[in-house]
Amino acid sequence: MESIIRLYAKWIREGKLPVNSDWNKDLGVTFTVQDPCQLVRKSLRDPVAEDLRFVVKSVVGEENFIDMWPNKSNNYCCGGGGGFLQSGFAEERRAYGKVKLEQILRTKADYCIAPCHNCHSQIHDLSEHYEAGFPVVHLWTLICLSLGILGENEREYLGEDLKNVGL
Amino acid sequence: MGEAAELLIEPKQSELVDKVKEMLPEGNLNMCLTCGACSSGCPATGMHGMDPRKFLRLALLGQEEEIRSTPWVWLCTMCRRCVHACPMGVEIPQLVYHCRQSWPREERPKGILGSCEQALNTAGNSAMGASSEDFKFVVEDVAEEVREMQPGFENLEVPIDKKGAYYFLNQNSREPVTEPDEMIPLWKILNLVGADWTYSTKGWAAENYCMFLADDDSWEKVVRNKAQAVEDLGCKVWLNTE
Repeated sequence: MESIIRLYAKWIREGKLPVNSDWNKDLGVTFTVQDPCQLVRKSLRDPVAEDLRFVVKSVVGEENFIDMWPNKSNNYCCGGGGGFLQSGFAEERRAYGKVKLEQILRTKADYCIAPCHNCHSQIHDLSEHYEAGFPVVHLWTLICLSLGILGENEREYLGEDLKNVGL
Repeated sequence: MGEAAELLIEPKQSELVDKVKEMLPEGNLNMCLTCGACSSGCPATGMHGMDPRKFLRLALLGQEEEIRSTPWVWLCTMCRRCVHACPMGVEIPQLVYHCRQSWPREERPKGILGSCEQALNTAGNSAMGASSEDFKFVVEDVAEEVREMQPGFENLEVPIDKKGAYYFLNQNSREPVTEPDEMIPLWKILNLVGADWTYSTKGWAAENYCMFLADDDSWEKVVRNKAQAVEDLGCKVWLNTE
């Protein structure tokens, strides 16, 4: 069993994935990252959270990364896990997610990276429902953006500011 | 001097708690110090009048009907922050899981039940009910379009059922079913680094809602099908996309 997050980090360290943050030097778009409970607290703990940060910083630039607090193994669940998204308790799920929403908003980051499907669905919904207006992106989108190989139809979750970068 | 607090409920022995203690001697259910570190860091605190500490106290005082009937067990995501914060390592999430399990199967949330059923009824274990034929068709169709339309990716490889590949890559059903273009960036990355990987038409779906349903038998069935799929192809590593 392996997480692709660890492989991204390994491939970047080995030079197989030549990402860099030049695309964001002048733009200065800021990012925070969600530590998925399943990946971090429940499975691979802080070392994978460190790998995740290494990947994110390599791709968006260290100066453009803003961590949430608390984070890593101590991070709050977004409210998308455990079947919550499918359970029919939408009102409760969004109330639960307010903790996460406020945590993200406190970073003042432009984007939230969610490297987990449940987290992505939930945080995307929170941003829309509470009209917070921040885009929620998968990690693979940013890796390909950084590499200049992100196609036109692969930008669904990017905000207007990044829709045309590298096209 | 203040008056002594009065206990308004009749403490009882709980069969459920006894059972969980027996199954989980390392769960430390008796060791709660009532400090509240669990509840103070739980986003589900206060919902439906419940929180992790209260839930545990009710359980330990044998208020079985209350802990078995509260919908709160479906609001707790079993994220394990409570036990992570707990100085005594009290296994509240396991207790929540067993309470979910004590609900008659047909009364558990329909969405979770339906997603588990779909996984059991498809070869790929897709919670969205995607057939393996559809999965294969969508993947091949999208890959072909990339090869034709995107310069530099004329040789993009997206293997399916490739025997002996090192990585068995699973795929959340959400992409092939609702947003197939989201798979492309991942394929590009895998091609760029020269990874030896494959999708499978059997057991390809990443999700497992039978676990959230607290249905052990179905959960095991899904996991065994996926493990068998990895073995059938002779792959070495089950690779999660997250």
